[in-house]
Amino acid sequence: MYRSLLYVFLTGLGLTAGLLACDTPDPEAVTGTFVIQLDNVAGNQNLQLNTGTYRNALGESFTPTAFNYFVSNIRLIRTNGADYVVPQDSSYFLVRETDPASQRITLKNVPYGDYKGVSFVLGVDSLRSTMDISRRTGALDPGSDHTGANGMYWSWNSGYIFMKLEGTSPSAPVDATGSNTFRYHIGFFGGRDTRTINNLKTIPVLFGTDVAQVDAEKVPTVLLQADVLKIFDGPTLLSIKANPEVMISPFSSSIANNYAQMFAYRGKTTATLN
Amino acid sequence: MQRWQIFGVWISIVLFGAVVSCQPGGSDPTTDPEPTGPKPIEYQTTPYPWKKPANFPEPTYAFAKNPLTLEGVALGRALFYDDMLSVNGTVSCAFCHQQGAAFAHTDHALSHGINDKIGTRNNLGLQNMAFYKAFFWDGGVQDLDLLPIAPIENPVEMGHSMPALLNAVRQSPRYRPMFLAAFGTDSITTDRFLKALSQFMLTMVSANSRYDKYVRNEAGGRLSTDELAGLTLFKQKCSTCHAGELFTDQSYRNNGLSRATNKDEGRSLITLRPEDRFTFRVPSLRNVERTSPYMHDGRFWTLEEVMNHYSTNMQDVPELDPALRINGRPGVPLTDTEKKQLVAFLRTLTDTDYIADRRLSAPN
Repeated sequence: MYRSLLYVFLTGLGLTAGLLACDTPDPEAVTGTFVIQLDNVAGNQNLQLNTGTYRNALGESFTPTAFNYFVSNIRLIRTNGADYVVPQDSSYFLVRETDPASQRITLKNVPYGDYKGVSFVLGVDSLRSTMDISRRTGALDPGSDHTGANGMYWSWNSGYIFMKLEGTSPSAPVDATGSNTFRYHIGFFGGRDTRTINNLKTIPVLFGTDVAQVDAEKVPTVLLQADVLKIFDGPTLLSIKANPEVMISPFSSSIANNYAQMFAYRGKTTATLN
Repeated sequence: MQRWQIFGVWISIVLFGAVVSCQPGGSDPTTDPEPTGPKPIEYQTTPYPWKKPANFPEPTYAFAKNPLTLEGVALGRALFYDDMLSVNGTVSCAFCHQQGAAFAHTDHALSHGINDKIGTRNNLGLQNMAFYKAFFWDGGVQDLDLLPIAPIENPVEMGHSMPALLNAVRQSPRYRPMFLAAFGTDSITTDRFLKALSQFMLTMVSANSRYDKYVRNEAGGRLSTDELAGLTLFKQKCSTCHAGELFTDQSYRNNGLSRATNKDEGRSLITLRPEDRFTFRVPSLRNVERTSPYMHDGRFWTLEEVMNHYSTNMQDVPELDPALRINGRPGVPLTDTEKKQLVAFLRTLTDTDYIADRRLSAPN
């Protein structure tokens, strides 16, 4: 008796789930647009590749020549607790300092509501890092431009570079090309068959007392700053002299712990539609 | 009714409900729209009859994500033999992976790329890749589909960039029809380019050596007394690492090579794990007679040198694999007769069908 009741209950549940699963998009949209504008800075100065000179807490001056990072798995944090998770397939963005368009992340189909923060993964999660090649398009396409300063993929140790900062510094030793370069290529998603270090960081950025409202009339743009100085001046002080090149070494984890704290909320604007 | 029958009926009801609830309202789903105009030419591929050799383990490659077709294999073969895969049009995959050497590069200790650039490791022969879970001496690539990017973009191998190469392939009149035939579209993407190469590489199955015929009790499978003695010795002394029908357990180990001139740290460059320092993939020994030189840096030119390394020249390094330290001493003791018998056995792993297979040769 109890068993048949259970089946009746499960059947009802299944039918309800079926109905919900094939719900067609409502023509009366209840979703809008949310924009994340990233601004790369060095302390209180705007970041200028190749021309700007900055100084870390150890007093080492440096000029960045490349700064790229992946932002993925974005979640918008609602004031009422029902977070909105951006569909995974549309949640990978490669931000490059040389490409202003890449610094503006436009999220569509965001449910109307009040948002008090955002969280994202800096890097490419392990699941996607081991997915079939057909599921890695756009910024994730290993066949897209991943050579030179743009390179964000390791072909010989299959995986993405989560954050790349390259530059010159009098504190760096002279390399084979005769320049004083430093290079930080931070990756490692935890390994596919063999466990390796995991430098993936989920980074929440809250908007303080601000609330970003998405509705039929309002498109909020939140401004997040990424401060390259924090890559040096975090829980571990990064010395260019001591570590001019960090790619595949356990020390990469210290840099990842530093850059996990490089983002800060700096305000919002709201565009009004109609 | 049995319990499972009740469950089955319940599943049917739920599935039926789900299907019914998803019908678009109003329209009759059984009526197809009338075809208008001439029917487009249908894209039709022919499945490639890939077969697992009877004595082999199950393949690791997920064929379902890339079903082999004659058209896809033909495209991959054309790409494999095309010099345009290197930046200056001088080096194809086959430049370093030569069929006569079981797709290794004999007479080169270290890989040889564009402009006579020399790499850091001895190239591995290509064979039976459908059965491997990782590639290269350090296992840095674990998906066959991702493998070709490494040599294509390595500055001392093919020196190209994937976007530039894909653009060149797109502009080549040769390839558009081949992609169309293989994939039903002439849109040339990273995915299709790499999967075509995988398709061809998956057909590189070497399983027809005299040894294979012996274990499968097939005609031509006779082994001499020395070869049989070598097989017995091999099972006693070598098969812990060179295990199974692939002749590798696919692990990474240190075999006590001197590091006087080469300090390559191998697998730990991939995993960053201290326990992986100075370890390298256990290579398959199939076709080993043809794939000279040997070791990750090609330091030995003959199988006899390899025997001498294992029997007497092994270094007692801290990383030495425990299987190679016998009674507290490094090395696998072998008499001269045993060495000869082992080498005789290893030569039975040569697959002349594979080396001569026209389907794997350069296309006309």
